[in-house]
Amino acid sequence: MGQITLQGVQKSFGPVHIIKGADLDIADGSFVVFVGPSGCGKTTLLRLIAGLEDVTGGSILIDGKNVVDTPPAKRGLSMVFQSYALYPHMSVRGNIGFGLKMAGLPKDEINRKVEAAAATLNLSPYLDRKPRELSGGQRQRVAIGRAIVREPKGFLFDEPLSNLDAALRVQMRIEVTRLQKQLGTTAIYVTHDQVEAMTMADKIVVLNAGKIEQYGSPLELYERPNNLFVAGFIGSPKMNFVTGELAQQQGAATIGVRPEHLKIERDGTGGWVGTIAVAEHLGSDTFLYVDAGPLGMLTARYVGELSLHAGDRVSLVPDPARIHRFDASGNALRN
Amino acid sequence: MATRQTQFLARALLTPAVGLLFIWMIVPLALTIYFSTLHYSLLDPGSESFVGLENFRYFLTDPAFLASLQNTLVLVGSVLALTILLGIPLALLMDQPVIGRNFVRLMVIAPFFVMPTVSALVWKNLLMHPVSGLFAWLAKLLGMTPIDWFTDAPLLAVILIVAWQWLPFATLILLTALQSLDEEQKEAAEMDGASALSTFIYITLPHLARPITVVILIETIFLLTVFAEIFVTTGGGPGLQTTNIAFLIYSQALIQFDVGSASAGGLVAVVIANIVAFFLVRIVGRNLEA
Repeated sequence: MGQITLQGVQKSFGPVHIIKGADLDIADGSFVVFVGPSGCGKTTLLRLIAGLEDVTGGSILIDGKNVVDTPPAKRGLSMVFQSYALYPHMSVRGNIGFGLKMAGLPKDEINRKVEAAAATLNLSPYLDRKPRELSGGQRQRVAIGRAIVREPKGFLFDEPLSNLDAALRVQMRIEVTRLQKQLGTTAIYVTHDQVEAMTMADKIVVLNAGKIEQYGSPLELYERPNNLFVAGFIGSPKMNFVTGELAQQQGAATIGVRPEHLKIERDGTGGWVGTIAVAEHLGSDTFLYVDAGPLGMLTARYVGELSLHAGDRVSLVPDPARIHRFDASGNALRN
Repeated sequence: MATRQTQFLARALLTPAVGLLFIWMIVPLALTIYFSTLHYSLLDPGSESFVGLENFRYFLTDPAFLASLQNTLVLVGSVLALTILLGIPLALLMDQPVIGRNFVRLMVIAPFFVMPTVSALVWKNLLMHPVSGLFAWLAKLLGMTPIDWFTDAPLLAVILIVAWQWLPFATLILLTALQSLDEEQKEAAEMDGASALSTFIYITLPHLARPITVVILIETIFLLTVFAEIFVTTGGGPGLQTTNIAFLIYSQALIQFDVGSASAGGLVAVVIANIVAFFLVRIVGRNLEA
């Protein structure tokens, strides 16, 4: 079991409030991603749950038991650090088995568990190597092995893929997700990369300036963002925002349309007219950055190839059903 | 250094420095070897004569040689042990965030900047003096008989003085190493359930293996030649109790005025230093590899 509940969790470093009251309910076995810009407090929140930082206020419940005064090792969680934090002088076997050794397990049991974990992660041939003799991806796997071998109630991942190159990141992303599903252990994963968040999460927590902006499934966040921040943060390329008269006609202070919900019409006159500033042809997609005069720069996405180039005039017609409306304080207006 | 031209240039530019260093080293060595084969007494200058290896036989069979060799090894070993065993806890303490940390660090490092002669005098006259010293005063305060350090435990007294001088060096090196220990590693150990002691044994101490090696190697080089502290405090005595190889050579040359024998002793000291270095590198040097 690994149900984690946060109730009014606060954290300040001196006069600086990093976490301004977080309430969250993480179901057993779910994969939850904390996402937000740098400095939003997502890593701090993770460290509070881990017990590496003390809360200033509120409580953290694991399986219904308040753990704010429990030392990290007793919380039954294990953590994968951004730098992996492998012990450089220990072999892979020593690294994975260290937690078990500290727990005072007998040697043969440690060996059995370490070998089982290593087999899960395809690390068996490397058990007697030192971390410095491993590649980045292998080190990453050792760090994960160290986490799973203790059979914790929950995994905590602190931006674990940020030190890997793009191709390996995609591969490890899939591996981590699959492993989590296979083990069925609750996982909390911190990242600043919204693509990682969208692809890995059962539920996403969007954090901004120490506050939880929205908590929901990836598609919920994509289709029904609560406010301007979530709307702008989730989705790539970013949502287009238009203010002024056009928004007021819709009864909103700001309206937002995702680039993929703008229909591109050549030499059209309907919709929003502008000149293409940059056209990116990816083959699978075409991204147009359109200078729409008083509306500012707009981004439009077309699936497939579209032979339009910088300097061409286009008109962009928003899909009326997929216009997001926001009030003056940035909150979403729902019909 | 890719092309033949840059290789040549590099060698040409290095030659003067290497040549100067070579001469700097080889001239004294050659002269020492030359003197070591002469009967050369400062009391009777101008009567030098070639005696072959006689000086070496004289130096090595002198009972003072074995005594001073033993003193040298005891001195080096004890000071190494003291500086490292005390340096580790001191460095750990100084790594903690306390008020006035920078000032504390400066104070701890201070003894290293005191000249050996001065610190030896301070210890001899202000601390260890059996009548007016601080230790004597403390002993009397507690109703004990003051220890006459330089009579009753002369080698221990010298060891304490030298260890006091070298403790800051060890502490400083170990402290910088501690500061480079990855914080996340300690946190990972904490998550793994390691106690403070286990973290020290399994994480901190292995991390310190390399700086400890550096401390041992560097201190050994300097501790083999400790001289000023002995000269100022005990003059090698009582008897031979605090005479080390360096002091023995000095006494051959400038107390017995026997330059030939002193030169032979100097060469013996070079050989001993190399033997010690060989074993040290064998024992601790592998910590320095990658």
